[in-house]
Amino acid sequence: MTKIKVENVTKIFGKHINSALKLVEQKKNKTEILKQTGATIGVYDASFSVNEGEIFVIMGLSGSGKSTLVRLLNHLIEPTSGSIYIDGENISKMNKQQLRAIRREKMSMVFQNFGLFPQRTVLANTEYGLEVRGIPKEERTKKAEAALDNAGLLPYKDQLPSQLSGGMQQRVGLARALANDPDILLMDEAFSALDPLIRKDMQDELLDLQQKVRKTIIFITHDLNEALRIGDRIALMKDGKIIQIGTGEEILTNPANDYVRTFLEDVDRSKVLTVENAMIRPISVNVEIDGPKVALKRMREEEVSVLLAIDKNREFKGYITADDALEAAKRGEKNVDSILKTDMESVTPDMLIQDVLGIISESSIPLAVVKENKLVGVLIKGVVIQSLASDTEEVTSNE
Amino acid sequence: MNKILDSIPTVPVAETMETIMDWLTSNLSALFSFIQNGGKNAMNFITDMLISIPPVIFILVIALIAFIATKRKFGLAIFAIVGLLFIYNQGLWEELMNTVTLVIFSSIIAIIIGIPLGILMSKSIVAENIIKPILDFMQTMPGFVYLIPAVAFFGIGVVPGVFASVIFALPPTVRFTNLGIRQVPRELVEAADSYGSTGWQKLIKVELPLAKSTMMAGINQTVLLSLSMVVIASMIGAPGLGREVLSALQRAQVGNGFVAGLSLVIFAIIVDRLTQSFNKK
Repeated sequence: MTKIKVENVTKIFGKHINSALKLVEQKKNKTEILKQTGATIGVYDASFSVNEGEIFVIMGLSGSGKSTLVRLLNHLIEPTSGSIYIDGENISKMNKQQLRAIRREKMSMVFQNFGLFPQRTVLANTEYGLEVRGIPKEERTKKAEAALDNAGLLPYKDQLPSQLSGGMQQRVGLARALANDPDILLMDEAFSALDPLIRKDMQDELLDLQQKVRKTIIFITHDLNEALRIGDRIALMKDGKIIQIGTGEEILTNPANDYVRTFLEDVDRSKVLTVENAMIRPISVNVEIDGPKVALKRMREEEVSVLLAIDKNREFKGYITADDALEAAKRGEKNVDSILKTDMESVTPDMLIQDVLGIISESSIPLAVVKENKLVGVLIKGVVIQSLASDTEEVTSNE
Repeated sequence: MNKILDSIPTVPVAETMETIMDWLTSNLSALFSFIQNGGKNAMNFITDMLISIPPVIFILVIALIAFIATKRKFGLAIFAIVGLLFIYNQGLWEELMNTVTLVIFSSIIAIIIGIPLGILMSKSIVAENIIKPILDFMQTMPGFVYLIPAVAFFGIGVVPGVFASVIFALPPTVRFTNLGIRQVPRELVEAADSYGSTGWQKLIKVELPLAKSTMMAGINQTVLLSLSMVVIASMIGAPGLGREVLSALQRAQVGNGFVAGLSLVIFAIIVDRLTQSFNKK
């Protein structure tokens, strides 16, 4: 069922709005209109609809109009032309009271820099939406405390926002939005101010939450990974225009135009990430000194099933597996020569991850990273994939 | 060249102003004398009340307030005790109480007028464009000039003194209230709007609390400016420490002038530090 419907919405900032609007109708582009009229296009002829219970991500770089677009949805910014329907009602035609009722009951917003009121406690912040609706003190405290409890923040309810970390502040922001029990959540770059690890946690929490509450969520982001992770559908924006709308899969496999394609390529960090960025400390045995029992003990301590073998000059010799070491120990062998295997592939630290992805995905054992015959690190499949994901986020968030 | 310039008749600004003043004084005299009498009675009442408080208790209460307001530091409290004792010792206690009344009345009136004006200014660009030049005018006009309409409306005494002080001391409160509200971060204003706040709810729950410390800085300025009008207001018969300064000036009594001036400074420092420390909390 359609929850939000946006029809040919345009927002123009500045003077000469009418002449700029005519140029929009003539399909002139943003720079041309700016040159001719001096007016800036915020959103250019946007149309889309969002289904109930869907996470709809609007993605684009800064200046693409995504933040303007989300503010049009609750009329923090009024559109220059076009219509916006919430549950089939045209909110552009509503008077102040009706609009206020929609904002109070149907949609809540979460802000990039949290938008918490610094002089109010966590609880008072969470109560805000209920307070302006005129809900009695007892009831709103109960609801706000329940929302904080869900976010695991109840112990902090009497603190001021400035006493909490960024991630916790945004949980308060989200709890404040949910305390209102709205149908629609508008999230404007809600996780962009958080560091990558916290951001990932918050994304997971949002997805868990969505399983439970099934809100219609409009999520604004400039981060493709974030969009792909949480979006049921994604709208890509550039220069105020929506360029492509589709599921993550559709956009990845079938980019609408060159801009989308370059955008996707830019985000693909495997092209610049080297082996050195992704390798971890190797866990090794010295073939000249250590026997099978030492090897087994080390495997147990480090919780691995493969050890890399080196000599006393740290030169790479091969690897031994836990099963073989166990056999050798049973046979009472004193050294590991008989179980040393040499069929492990090795790579150098300056190789691109992109180039070793093929090798590592086919190999069931880790890759040794060797520089001038010396073992310097090890590549493990899981770590490589993880570093690809997190590095992309860092890069795009620094745009 | 001069002939051409001289051929333009003098534009009758002064005459017009006088006509307006005449009209106001003759037509609104009932109102003015009502304000004059009511104000005088109210202020005399307050002054009498202040004088009736035993000075020792008054000094101790001020010292206690200073001690609490500065978060339990002794500096200001000790300064208040020593300074106020000095003023009492010099026989200026009654004058001080008159000055206190004048400052309290003009500050409160300035704040009552100033804060709503500042709010109006912050909410409407039209209001800002109208009020701003008037404030500039009020601040750059020498304080003495306000004595003329004050005398015309209210005769001489303490009420015209308050009138002139209010005009002189009003601008900072208006400006800082406007500034404080405009400085509230956009995201917080958006947050208030997005949760469906009415204009009043936004103002009272979000904007005023966040603008508070800026507004307090303006109020502090207003109090000090009204204090600085004390001497000038004494020229039209407002009682208080200013009158002592004025009479010392007229009789060239350097010593008396110094003592009265010093008393004013002591009072000003106490008032300034107190209003500032209220803001820090």
